[in-house]
Amino acid sequence: MLSVKSVSKHYSGKTALDQVSLQADPGKILGLLGPNGAGKTSLIRIITMITAPDSGEVFFENQKMRQELISGIGYLPEERGLYRKMTILDQAMYFGRLKGLSRTDCMAAIRHWFDKLEMSDWKKKKLEELSKGMQQKVQFVLTVLHKPRLIILDEPFTGFDPLNAEIIKEEILGLRDQGACILLSTHRMESVEELCDDITLINNGKVIIEGEVNEVRNRFKKSEFELVYTGTLKSGLPGVLERKDTALRDGATHSLFVMQKDAAINELIQEVMKQAHLLEFREKIPSIKDIFIERIGAQL
Amino acid sequence: MRNIALVTGREYQSRVRKKSFVVMTLLGPFLLAAFYGAIIWLAMSDTQSSEQKNIHVVDESGLFQDGIKGSSTIHYSVNPRGGDTSAYDGTLMIPATFSIDQPKGARFLSAYSLNIVEQQTMEGHLEVAIKEQKLIRSGLRKETLDSLKTDVAISAAIISGGEIKEDNSAVNAGAGFVGAFFIYIFIFLYGVQVMKGVAEEKSNRIVEVIISSVKPFDLMMGKIIGIALVGLTQVFIWIGLSTVLIAIITPIIASMGMNPEETAALVQGTSGGVAPGMGMMGALFQLDFLTLILGFLFYFVTGYLLYSAMFAAIASAVDSETDTQQFMFPITIPLIFSIIIAQSVVLKDPHGELATLFSMIPFTAPIVMMVRLPFGVENWQLVLSMIFMIFGFIAITWLASRIYRVGILMYGKKPTYKELIKWMLYKG
Repeated sequence: MLSVKSVSKHYSGKTALDQVSLQADPGKILGLLGPNGAGKTSLIRIITMITAPDSGEVFFENQKMRQELISGIGYLPEERGLYRKMTILDQAMYFGRLKGLSRTDCMAAIRHWFDKLEMSDWKKKKLEELSKGMQQKVQFVLTVLHKPRLIILDEPFTGFDPLNAEIIKEEILGLRDQGACILLSTHRMESVEELCDDITLINNGKVIIEGEVNEVRNRFKKSEFELVYTGTLKSGLPGVLERKDTALRDGATHSLFVMQKDAAINELIQEVMKQAHLLEFREKIPSIKDIFIERIGAQL
Repeated sequence: MRNIALVTGREYQSRVRKKSFVVMTLLGPFLLAAFYGAIIWLAMSDTQSSEQKNIHVVDESGLFQDGIKGSSTIHYSVNPRGGDTSAYDGTLMIPATFSIDQPKGARFLSAYSLNIVEQQTMEGHLEVAIKEQKLIRSGLRKETLDSLKTDVAISAAIISGGEIKEDNSAVNAGAGFVGAFFIYIFIFLYGVQVMKGVAEEKSNRIVEVIISSVKPFDLMMGKIIGIALVGLTQVFIWIGLSTVLIAIITPIIASMGMNPEETAALVQGTSGGVAPGMGMMGALFQLDFLTLILGFLFYFVTGYLLYSAMFAAIASAVDSETDTQQFMFPITIPLIFSIIIAQSVVLKDPHGELATLFSMIPFTAPIVMMVRLPFGVENWQLVLSMIFMIFGFIAITWLASRIYRVGILMYGKKPTYKELIKWMLYKG
């Protein structure tokens, strides 16, 4: 659906993007992750043709990106903004029409989304008369009004209370299930595992990690195991490099075992069970947030 | 093209629906009619009741005992009997040392300061009087001298297509200058609206949303054209309403100070030599209003397009409206410059080299050519100026759009002139 190939961009001596490539597929959500200033917005602006890359190419639905294809994209920028003195209905009509919808199609889409997100009552209101959360909702609707095949959401949850954030999350998942390809740029890591199928992590203009979410998490696991047990364990357990007793809760000890790469886990479990009463044993798989902090921290 | 039309439509509708637009559009013609009424009234009161100044002359030299010949504006009383000088507008002191070979030391004393025309007029009167004395001294008899005096008045006329039209340079100057002044005001008025609109879109971050749907050039052009249409709507309504109002007001004002025949002549637009004071009114009606209005519309639209593209570029380059001041100044210089030279150089010599030159340069042409138009501009000059104007605004709009497309997405710092030039050359 969307394919970015070796895109580079420099701004007055600073490299914003360095040979960045990524692939996003229909019916999936790709998380575009990275710290502030990593180059996410620069990349999005190149995909949406707001700026041109110095080198590299962007393909959308197997065609080289060009102005006519832009109407297939819905873009919710991080910096939101609408006309303050214009009514919600007029704005929706204006933006929908700019995206190529006919007047009747636009009106039908407006009705559909306004009803769905319970906005119909305030469609005649001017933007400045609405609360921040309501304004964000309007902005989201304007992004998806024209049924874009590619939806680019830059920090879509900022400004929403938990209730409305949940509504928007459900809508994003709904759009994905309908086959849209979604590019979600965020540094709110909690939302990544809940929403994303794939991730691309960029830092200093370079892609440093990419892949399917669970595959990436597994890739970065470090033979660490979490144990919960009662009783005592001797030292010198087979294959254990390091043992950290992290907490004692409700009479049970919580421990983290760092194991040798090729350690026989079954032997360890048997030995533990001989010495103590094992309540829980699981491999520690890092969260995307852990990976993010570790990788970005290492580069800083 | 579709997007330019959509942006234009939004800009137009959102502005035309505003209360301030409706109020100004309806109020404008009344102000205009009042302005026009005031001009006619002044013109007529000037011809009918020109106030004559009474000057008291204290002649110690004895040269002017026979009096000084004045004019319709100044009357002299030389050494009058009765010492009350308060009835006079001023006193002209001719000292005993004043002679026809050494005419020095004359002083004028009054409660108000003399204006330059009055001073020159009085100097002229004295010069004539001294010249007469010199002629008499050289042996000419007074009767011969009197018989030499001749009064000639030339009434100017323009021949156009076999038709003779009355000409009055004051009316021409007035008509041209009023047109130029309106262009000046409108460029500022609507240019600033473009600037505010762009600044609003940038500071509210609307541009980021909109620019993913519309090319920066389309967005800029849509805004400029939309506001141009708002301006034209306003101008057309003003012209229409003003015409009606002026048609109503003219006979009313005219009947206040003229006999019925004069009023009829005035309304019909024929001066027909009814009264000497009617020359001006006649000339006003003899103006080629079609050329003037078409010229006005052309120079208004192209001048506005040229300047508003620059206003848009400025607003795109800075973060807030208050930062625009620094860049506003250099842009408005040519406008202010043209209105100044229009008052001085162009009005004095509308067909001179400077006037012709500045009516060709797109930055000054809208105002300078407008002032020249009523004096009759050769067709080739007009066509050339219009061609330059069109190319000028295309070139400036292109350059402005280069700045706009970079500036509109640039936040955080106020650019330098060097950076603006770099943006123009920036590729992609």
